[in-house]
Amino acid sequence: MKLLAGLFNSSLGKKLLMALTGAALLLFVIGHLVGNLQIFFGPEVLNAYGHFLQSNVEIIWPARLGLLLTVALHIWSAIRLTAENRAARPIPYAGNPAPAAATYASRTMMMSGLIVASFIVYHLLHFTVKTPQVNFAGEDFHKLTYQLANGTECHDVYAMMIAGFRQPLVAGFYLLAMFLLCLHLSHGVQAAFHSLGLKNKAWSPALSTFGYVVAGAIFLGYASIPLAVLTGIVR
Amino acid sequence: MNLTLKVWRQKNADDPGQFETYDAPGIIPDMSFLEMLDVVNDQLIAAGKEPIAFDSDCREGICGTCSLVINGTPHGGQKATTACQLHMRHFSDGDTITIEPWRARPFPVLRDLVVDRGAFDRIIQAGGFVSVNTGGTPEANGLPVLKDDADLAMDAAQCIGCGACVAACKNASAMLFVSAKISHLGLLPQGKVEKDRRALKMVAQMDQEGFGNCTVTGSCEAVCPKEISINFIARMNGDYAVALLKQGA
Ligand code: HEM
Ligand code: FES
Repeated sequence: MKLLAGLFNSSLGKKLLMALTGAALLLFVIGHLVGNLQIFFGPEVLNAYGHFLQSNVEIIWPARLGLLLTVALHIWSAIRLTAENRAARPIPYAGNPAPAAATYASRTMMMSGLIVASFIVYHLLHFTVKTPQVNFAGEDFHKLTYQLANGTECHDVYAMMIAGFRQPLVAGFYLLAMFLLCLHLSHGVQAAFHSLGLKNKAWSPALSTFGYVVAGAIFLGYASIPLAVLTGIVR
Repeated sequence: MNLTLKVWRQKNADDPGQFETYDAPGIIPDMSFLEMLDVVNDQLIAAGKEPIAFDSDCREGICGTCSLVINGTPHGGQKATTACQLHMRHFSDGDTITIEPWRARPFPVLRDLVVDRGAFDRIIQAGGFVSVNTGGTPEANGLPVLKDDADLAMDAAQCIGCGACVAACKNASAMLFVSAKISHLGLLPQGKVEKDRRALKMVAQMDQEGFGNCTVTGSCEAVCPKEISINFIARMNGDYAVALLKQGA
């Protein structure tokens, strides 16, 4: 109880939660990217991967519930911390001067985070629940099926991604969301090392660089898929 | 040089307060910012008006008493400089200068530019000390201290507790101050004994006072007149996590 009280009630405890959940989400985001990039190896590879995930209920449901809990904790601590921050400065300075030395990304973490959260909701409806009303493609993604080389009938993830990203509006929203995730992580990765106490003078510059590289690589990786579909490189 | 000042005036803690505009003619560039305010106050007194209340003590940049937000930046934005050490030569003839008190809920304005920084004292009382029993003086060389640790402890011990970090942080977080105190004591053998307890107690008091939370923007270290590094906050985060875990479930 002491540990839980410390984590959930204290300022530094909530920052630890923020950093631990943020790091867990980052690991997921990297794993998810590696999975998705298999689209460049063609329908057989991607669909076999999709089928592997879908058919292992023991893996996919604990993972989904774990992710949901992680996102919920991340958002909960973000809201609590932000509310405390607002309350700590009831009277602003004249003319709202920009805070000294603060980067744009560091000042807009809540905003970039909330837009990414709204994207997550859309993304789940679009490709997981496959609600036809949100895909703007005029077709039902449930109906896309594929036969693997071993004869197994499975969902055609490949065709779904192509049909999904052929809609410029949808692809545009994905690109925007990935850019904001990149912005979030450009500050978030180094902030997580800071919040976990894993940073000192010798490591601080390298960790900042690491954060920028990770954020940039994640953006390029994710953006490559809708862009490849829109330009017809992947069809 | 001739200046125009926009100064926050507030009779007491309950008064809502407002900006007043004053002319400051005949300012000598070699004056410090506080001397400039002294001149303006002399003129106000001569005119039968209430002088501007502001805090100062040593006026040589070592006590941490002066506390002015000048043109939106605590201590006026000259690197490693307190308001008392800020010289008027950094301004130009004809400038309008805005002067405000530290803004944070735990630092209530008492009058004009004077705020109550008792919250910092209470944080120190909660654990910012080393318990030493009286007795004979120990042999100085009996306690070996690594040079690197001594240097780092000294960097942290530079903190003069002015509160500019709180004033500059967009979240009014006191974590640079608290982390400097926790680090400077925790890095040395005498203070290591109470390291865990100190981290837990000082952070608990900091939270109770109502300061905000670090979002690693770096504003605190940018305005700190003693250039305390934000890396001390990372060190405090680590100390706190370890102390929390050692306490048990
Ligand atoms: C895939 C989704 C996300 C990932 C990978 C992610 C990652 C991270 C990471 C690594 C951090 C640094 C932790 C720290 O501050 O110590 C962080 C901080 C933060 N995140 Fe997220 N996040 C995500 C979604 C969100 C969402 C949906 C919100 C909105 C509520 C949000 C709001 C914040 C805020 C306010 C911070 C604190 C910023 C700071 O302390 O500087 N994040 N995030
Ligand atoms: S008056 Fe002592 S530091 Fe400025």
